[in-house]
Amino acid sequence: MIAAYASPLERVWYYAFRIFCGLVLVFLMLPILVIAPLSFNADSFLLYPMSGFSLQWYEEFFTSPAWRQAFMNSCIVSPFATLLAMALGTPAAVGLTRIDFPGKALLTSILISPMVVPVVIVGVATYLVFAPVGLSGSYVGLILVHAALGVPFVVTTVSATLQGFDFNLVRAAASLGANPLTAFFKVTLPLVAPGVISGGLFAFGTSFDEVVVTLFLAGPEQSTLPRQMFAGIRENISPTIAAVATILTVLSTLMLITLEWLRRRGERMRGAGR
Amino acid sequence: MSQLTATLPQGMAAEAAVPLKTQLRRAERMKKLKYGALIAPLVVFLLFTFVWPITALLKRSVDNPEIVAAFPATSGLLRAWDGRSLPSDAVFASFADEMGKTRGTPVFASAAKRLNMELPGFRTLMMKTARAMPPADGQTAREAFVAADERWGDIATWQYLGRNASPTTARYLLASVDRKYDDFGKVVRADDDEAIYVDVLKRTFGMSAVVTIFCLLLGFPLAYLMATQPARIANVLMIFVLLPFWTSILVRVAAWLVLLQSEGLVNQALRAVGLIEKPLQLVFNSTGVYIAMVHILLPFMILPMYSVMKGISPAYVRAAVSLGCPPFQSFWKVYFPQALPGVGAGGLLVFILCMGYYITPALLGSPKEQMASYFVAFYTNQTINWGMAAALSAILFAATLVLYMVYSRLVGRQELAAKAR
Repeated sequence: MIAAYASPLERVWYYAFRIFCGLVLVFLMLPILVIAPLSFNADSFLLYPMSGFSLQWYEEFFTSPAWRQAFMNSCIVSPFATLLAMALGTPAAVGLTRIDFPGKALLTSILISPMVVPVVIVGVATYLVFAPVGLSGSYVGLILVHAALGVPFVVTTVSATLQGFDFNLVRAAASLGANPLTAFFKVTLPLVAPGVISGGLFAFGTSFDEVVVTLFLAGPEQSTLPRQMFAGIRENISPTIAAVATILTVLSTLMLITLEWLRRRGERMRGAGR
Repeated sequence: MSQLTATLPQGMAAEAAVPLKTQLRRAERMKKLKYGALIAPLVVFLLFTFVWPITALLKRSVDNPEIVAAFPATSGLLRAWDGRSLPSDAVFASFADEMGKTRGTPVFASAAKRLNMELPGFRTLMMKTARAMPPADGQTAREAFVAADERWGDIATWQYLGRNASPTTARYLLASVDRKYDDFGKVVRADDDEAIYVDVLKRTFGMSAVVTIFCLLLGFPLAYLMATQPARIANVLMIFVLLPFWTSILVRVAAWLVLLQSEGLVNQALRAVGLIEKPLQLVFNSTGVYIAMVHILLPFMILPMYSVMKGISPAYVRAAVSLGCPPFQSFWKVYFPQALPGVGAGGLLVFILCMGYYITPALLGSPKEQMASYFVAFYTNQTINWGMAAALSAILFAATLVLYMVYSRLVGRQELAAKAR
């Protein structure tokens, strides 16, 4: 709140600052708010004012073979890539938190680097080496690279969760006769599960939104939803794109809500533990 | 109890055979092996899917296999050649022999194509000469070459061949900074029609800098507001930042395309308030690219700044004000230096990510807004020039690596500071 004794200049500054922040928020939200209604437009122009309400663009999305194929491909590639990233990233994060060795910082940087290396480089490079061994134009190749792009998110989020994890609990389990595997699945995993799931969600989001590597590595049969959108936007932007965009936005909102819920749950549990 | 004490020394004696220190070391080693085994699968996986491909690509930027593959013996001889006078008869003879052998094969064709890149017209020269091989009876190889085309009597022709007789070359890397070898093998500025890459790199860094500055200007106030509000309001504001962050980049690009088109909402609004009469061209030029890039990267700026600002106690600024420092100065001298690590981390992150962007300029820009990534893709997809694609990738990769190292230093120090707190 603004203080009662604030000078006029301070008052102007106070409101100007808030208005500026409000405009930034509008800038952030505007594109998402604008595109969704247009997916229900009756005619084929992506323009306001809308001419009427229609679900034809959603129908088009669900019935057109190209879009259906792209959707199916995304539903094949992203879950597998996510599972792979989680399966590889979670144990690695546990290992990295538990031991120290020379070059650990360097190794960690390498494990995280898929996050920052320009995706074009990753796409061209993997195409270069995967094509001769028959992994380009295949689901396997695409899943492998998408998993590599998602791994850093799993490693970082799980590591962050493990910072607050008491490893004496594992010792306690071991002293009570649990073997390491049982201890991991019964004690460690349930406690770090929120971290693993948020890492997984990040990895899923990365893969589900990935277009550049897919452009290079996937054949026409592996065209994913983002790639289909890329082609659509480039050639002729139609309200079907708006319909896909709306579906994707709903999906990302659901993921965001799940993440937020997990984060709050984690905070609560940590708070209760103290 | 007495039983226990009675049996204890025996057990102790058995254990004492191995010194405690050794036991500890062994346990420590076991632990390292055990946890190392957890990391190993990921390391192997990334070596295969990430490190190996990128290494192979970077190696391509200096690869020069065509001539050596087609004419191995001649290449060997040419590597020993001094380059000041015409090569010896042995070189001519070996070249004549290898030309005759490989003529008409794909290896020959790719060598000719490669030489044509060095000097336009070299392919026809090669084809023409190959047809004249092997030399007619009573004719030396040298005579046969010069008879086929008199350019073989010119040292410069052989120098092009000689420079490419080794399996590596710096030509692609030189070309990506607008340099080339001249006829005498010296590094000079490339011809104007080929000297485009310094501009591309300048544009890549320049556009990234502009986007970073705009993200900072828009993001800093919002991050500050979020950090100073009570948690309930801050959480709501956070959703406004995170929702676009989670929305697909293609969705946002499509949305901006709709918003910025000549009949789009932005132009409609500007016309309604009377600021403009004719619709402005806002997409397929730099305006559109900047707007969309700032929108996409803004959350990457806000989130690190917010996490640093949340840790800054308001007491410092209050203390400064109560000691008589004017509000703006106390903000600048007391608050801002504390927020600087967040600004640095966010700014570097935005800059790094922006440098590698491909989709946004490709969909919203004109040819004048295309950055280094576009040319990497262009050389891979359109002209299939792996050397140039790899050389530009190498430069982009090096820039990313350097900035990423600075970034992880900065963030690492922040984490240390946070732990010390």
